[in-house]
Amino acid sequence: MEKHIQAPISKEIVKSLQAGDYVYITGTIYTARDAAHKRMYEGMLEGKEPPFDLKDNIIYYLGPTPAREGQVIGSAGPTTSSRMDKYAPLLMEHGLSGMIGKGKRSPAVLEAMQKQTCVYFAAVGGAGALLSKCIKKAEVIAYEDLGTEAIRKLEVENLPVIVVADAAGNNMYETAVKEYRASHGLE
Amino acid sequence: MRTIHTDVIIENLKEMCIEANLHLSADMETVIHKAKEEEDSVLGKQILGQLCENMQIAGEDKIPICQDTGMAIVFVKLGQDVHVEGMNLTDAINEGVRQGYQEGYLRKSVVKDPLIRENTKDNTPAIIHYDIVPGEQIELLVAPKGFGSENMSRVFMLKPADGVEGVKASVLQAVKDAGPNACPPMVVGVGLGGDFEKSAILAKTALTRNINEGSPLPHIRKIEEELLTEINQLGIGPGGLGGKTTALAVNIETYPTHIAGMPLAVNICCHVNRHAKRIL
Repeated sequence: MEKHIQAPISKEIVKSLQAGDYVYITGTIYTARDAAHKRMYEGMLEGKEPPFDLKDNIIYYLGPTPAREGQVIGSAGPTTSSRMDKYAPLLMEHGLSGMIGKGKRSPAVLEAMQKQTCVYFAAVGGAGALLSKCIKKAEVIAYEDLGTEAIRKLEVENLPVIVVADAAGNNMYETAVKEYRASHGLE
Repeated sequence: MRTIHTDVIIENLKEMCIEANLHLSADMETVIHKAKEEEDSVLGKQILGQLCENMQIAGEDKIPICQDTGMAIVFVKLGQDVHVEGMNLTDAINEGVRQGYQEGYLRKSVVKDPLIRENTKDNTPAIIHYDIVPGEQIELLVAPKGFGSENMSRVFMLKPADGVEGVKASVLQAVKDAGPNACPPMVVGVGLGGDFEKSAILAKTALTRNINEGSPLPHIRKIEEELLTEINQLGIGPGGLGGKTTALAVNIETYPTHIAGMPLAVNICCHVNRHAKRIL
């Protein structure tokens, strides 16, 4: 089903999203990938506040290319999510509502998503030029020294993503391939 | 004996890094468009449509095709009758990469130490494979390699008794394990034979072959074709969300090996299979 949502997203909205939904996100989201996650996570374990309020927010696993003059951001597609699996459950405990990336998640992450009501979206990997057009504003808000891995606050408009895993435990990576094979007599 | 100045090498490498990150080669572009026409999953077709649109935007607006502009892999075929003048050749190659990644607004994705992980901020060093060949030319091939797919690559130390079936089963396993993580549709580079590291270099070389060109060896070409069919029957599809386009090609390179072994490397590349080649 095609849906339009406004970020940040409440837990009610998260619950309304189902694996397989094609979603356009508009609003404010944040970028963080490997190094930012590690720093945020280690800080949080020591009792420090994360650099932005995680409650109801969406993190986009992204390290963009530098923007040319006149551009908001460079190429801006998703990176592989599994490298953030170690850190994601703690962020969910602090209110994180959504993650955008690509590729499989660990059982621990999928379990935490159900417990904490969080959704996992996939953006199309390798379509960074196209996705950059949906980003209207980008600002580094923390960890500037990490370069491309710094945390950025993004204003996005109709960012196209697919709900891969929902808060009810449905996982499209598990079902879509099986369904395709079954419908084509490949079982 | 011919003299080539490193300034020429630097300038060419700089341009090649930028070019490879903004434009896929014509064979890659054509095969992605063709896959879009032929994909029978609705979502799969939509995703392939996004990839086609993405290539167009990348070229027109000079935004890299993918934000992972890779580590710069450079294959050098150095003619043995060439005299390189100026600076050290390896330094020159790294200087070309440095300038290309800076001037081309490409991402700096290299860390100096695998554990300390401090970014080198200029995407150097490159990974350079030298080959000494006859003649008085230098062939440079730059292949910026993204790590989403690189991380899903494997080396299998097969036994001779494993045979063709063992080769096919291992490649299929690597592709299945890669699934959505490697940004399918992918190109599968296979290195068969040699030793542990030779097989891996062959697999990377296999990715740089023209996608429409099969192996010149009939028995290998047959395996390439069979594997492509079997991979596309896995149903992984574009983005790993179901469909018939899981791989765009399987390219196998071979090399003589030891009586006791059959090393097999599978180097997976996403659809952003970039390379630029020039002969100086």
